[in-house]
Amino acid sequence: MKAIIVIGVVFVVTACSSMDTVKPWDKDLLAKQSMQPVPDFFENFYDEHIYFSKEASSGGQSVGGGGCGCN
Amino acid sequence: MQLKYIKKELGVATCALLQVPAAAVHSSDADWDIDTAVLFYSESDNGVSAFEPAIYAGKDLGDGERIDLRLVVDVLTGATPNGAHPSSVAQTFTTPSGGSTYTTQPGETPRDDSFKDTRVAAGVDWTLPFNRLQRIKLGLNGSTEYDYQSLGISATYLQDFNNRNTTLSAGLAFNNDTISPVGGVPTPLSNMREAGTGTNRVGGDDTKTLTDFILGITQVMSRKTLVQLNYSLGMYDGYLTDPYKIITVVDQNGLPATSAFTNGDLPYIYEKRPDSRQINSLYFKTVHHLTRDVINFSYRYFWDDWGITSNTFDLKYRYEIGRGYLQPQVRYYLQDAADFYVHNLKLGDPLPETASSDYRLAKMTTTTLSLKYGHAVGENSEWSIRAGFMNQSVDDGDVLAGTETPDTDAIIVNAGYSFFW
Repeated sequence: MKAIIVIGVVFVVTACSSMDTVKPWDKDLLAKQSMQPVPDFFENFYDEHIYFSKEASSGGQSVGGGGCGCN
Repeated sequence: MQLKYIKKELGVATCALLQVPAAAVHSSDADWDIDTAVLFYSESDNGVSAFEPAIYAGKDLGDGERIDLRLVVDVLTGATPNGAHPSSVAQTFTTPSGGSTYTTQPGETPRDDSFKDTRVAAGVDWTLPFNRLQRIKLGLNGSTEYDYQSLGISATYLQDFNNRNTTLSAGLAFNNDTISPVGGVPTPLSNMREAGTGTNRVGGDDTKTLTDFILGITQVMSRKTLVQLNYSLGMYDGYLTDPYKIITVVDQNGLPATSAFTNGDLPYIYEKRPDSRQINSLYFKTVHHLTRDVINFSYRYFWDDWGITSNTFDLKYRYEIGRGYLQPQVRYYLQDAADFYVHNLKLGDPLPETASSDYRLAKMTTTTLSLKYGHAVGENSEWSIRAGFMNQSVDDGDVLAGTETPDTDAIIVNAGYSFFW
């Protein structure tokens, strides 16, 4: 598993390095709310909370979300 | 020339598998960015219902400094599965307080209907810039509910480079939680007792800690594509058992072994999970702008040392309509069971060191479909509403007919209003 992760990360970083740099004046679309990784804070928050309570997996997006009894 | 083109396309395709969360788009420095929202969650068959209003306020303080505040109230009612499975006979259980009983009819899922809780959670994040390209986000989280308190701190360092087309992040968080179960902390793997005959308890409360690390990269791939990749490691230590969950001890006929226990013991024992857990995840996200619409896709691979692995796919398509948008969402989750998950325990077999029949640790899938509509109001505000349906289905394997874990179905509705103030 670890080998797969290392190979994957190296591959991704290498592939990403081939990207052309996007200039600041070309970031009009990227600046839109809909283009943010989390465009709706509470929609994401509610999803994280529900699935944390109902599934055995959690996390992955960030750290420091806080705890919950969630029976 | 052709090779260069192919390499570039391969780069886009690969990075399009990745994902990362970023800061929201903000207004001018003078304004507070306010989000208000409410969630209504309801399971079928009188299961858990949740009503969850929330408010967020964020403000740029100038020169890259920023503060974000959150407050969430979570009101829970209904009945929650107690871990035992349906049976062809009626089953009577004792409430966590030990003072009363509830009975589940043949074929029904045993649920504790004395369950209700109100949780209040608050958090603050403070982003401090070192310079134009480096900053740190410090966080404080706390929550309290009737039987559970949580306090956590976090710090995430972010570094931009490559003309701010790449952001590396490294985060660390620490959480300390205290659980004070109704009736006290059950003696692990001891019997549930008949009401009024005393309870098997080892104390009033217990604690657990969680230490979390995350490493991430966010990459602008093109004018229309953003990707993110995170690796997370979490280490839990302490009381990780669910004090309200029990396991049925069955006889040779697969029925609760009621007659095998005497002196007030019931044929149900309190579960016990390991006292440590290491979780890992790889999280990918890509956001891609089409001509007008936007695709937001994420994938997470999760694994831990309890034997659980899972795959999560989440796809949203934002379809622009004038000043509004429609956004269908599909989420699919599948997990393998924990090593110590059991459907039940058989009378006469030696007790395992750890065991749980909580369906959330079983082999299962979750499928969620939702549709959201959002609409811009004026220049700086927007309202939205989302309605969805969730189904959880457990793969019990080869178990006695009539004792299978039923599906969990739930309706999820949330609405929000965002504005600058």
